[in-house]
Amino acid sequence: MDSLLRHAWRLARKDLLVEFRSRTAILSAVVFTVLVLVVFNFGRDPTAVAAVDLAPSILWVTFTFAAMLALNRAFQLELENQALDGLLLAPVHRASIYLGKLLANLAFVAAVECVGLPLFALFFNVRVLPVLVPLAGVIALATVGFVAVGTLFSAMTARTRFAELLLPVLLLPFMIPPLIWAVLATGALLAGRPLSEIGGWLKLLAAFDLAFIVVAFLLFPATVNE
Amino acid sequence: MLLAEGLRHAFGPVRALDDVSFTLQPGRTLAVFGPNGAGKTTLLKVLAGLIQPQAGHARIEGGRRAVGWIGHQPQLYGQLTVWENLRFWASLYDVAPAAGILTRLGLDAHRDRPVRALSRGLVQRVAIARALIHDPRVLLLDEPFTGLDRTAAEAFRRLLAEQAAGGRATVLVTHNVEEGTELATDVAFMRAGRFVRLEPRAGRGADAIADAYRAAVTGG
Repeated sequence: MDSLLRHAWRLARKDLLVEFRSRTAILSAVVFTVLVLVVFNFGRDPTAVAAVDLAPSILWVTFTFAAMLALNRAFQLELENQALDGLLLAPVHRASIYLGKLLANLAFVAAVECVGLPLFALFFNVRVLPVLVPLAGVIALATVGFVAVGTLFSAMTARTRFAELLLPVLLLPFMIPPLIWAVLATGALLAGRPLSEIGGWLKLLAAFDLAFIVVAFLLFPATVNE
Repeated sequence: MLLAEGLRHAFGPVRALDDVSFTLQPGRTLAVFGPNGAGKTTLLKVLAGLIQPQAGHARIEGGRRAVGWIGHQPQLYGQLTVWENLRFWASLYDVAPAAGILTRLGLDAHRDRPVRALSRGLVQRVAIARALIHDPRVLLLDEPFTGLDRTAAEAFRRLLAEQAAGGRATVLVTHNVEEGTELATDVAFMRAGRFVRLEPRAGRGADAIADAYRAAVTGG
């Protein structure tokens, strides 16, 4: 267990260092986030639908597609110089590779969300600060589930042609339930509903995270073996 | 020790390995010669455990930890420096990278340069350092001289000779007979996934091996 976590951390740290040096994916994701929020802000009719009704869906559409950029890149990085073969040859448990990628992807997506959330509050004039802690909880739970499944599918699709097209096609159907729960919970929080109302959605999100992390741990070795 | 027994593998209709068997003791170097598409890379991947053979089995004493691998690609991260790459790969084996390997391969001056800024030959030297960083007992080398200039190739040959003297078993695959002969204790000629000949080098030079290779592989 100790070596599993140690190797996972080393892999995640390497991925983040590579991303820090190139800044390719993070810049793309941040620019994408800003553009989507701007387009939705100016594209909607504020007299037709209240911002608070529309905003949760827009927030989660934005986060979902921005995260896809990170997930697409996660294993492409390992294929550039066949580094994945080196990882598979090293005395590292396959689950460590998965966990390392998961951690790096979570850090990446969290960074994008940290930029996106204030912009979202600004553009849609929704009061985020009073519900920041429970909202952060909703975002964290939904993001973990999304990235857990996405990291697995990213490994599955990385060696295929049209990987960038295949990943969203495979991933999005799995994401429908947690995205619905996240949108509902976010909407309730922004509308000032009591916290007790979102408890059920949080439990569902947590159950989804747990179930899919376990499934991904079990399936991941088969996805990376030739 | 390395053992391969009845290895068979196909990619669709193409037989990449067809009943390949051999044993390699510590300190021995097997040079596998064959034309493009003979199945040399597949053989190495099966030996390393990167491909599960459809029949037969391969076993390396010490498992994955004992394998040092140089493939067609350097398995390095272009954004990271030479030293960061070596430190990362060493960390996966829970060892500290020895700075001496950089000196040995003439990489001291390039230690803090990103790999993507290096020439093909320098990248290959870093790939060699990466493969040796954990002091492997078995070396699996796929065209390892690619991109190396004469001096670097000579230094690498000396390094491999020392590795063999230290008890490492090496499988070196190449289509270039001149490159592989000097280091080999045993030679195998491969065609269409089969070892058409497997024998000790018995002191023969590159010319004699090249003649034997032509006779075995092309029938010429």
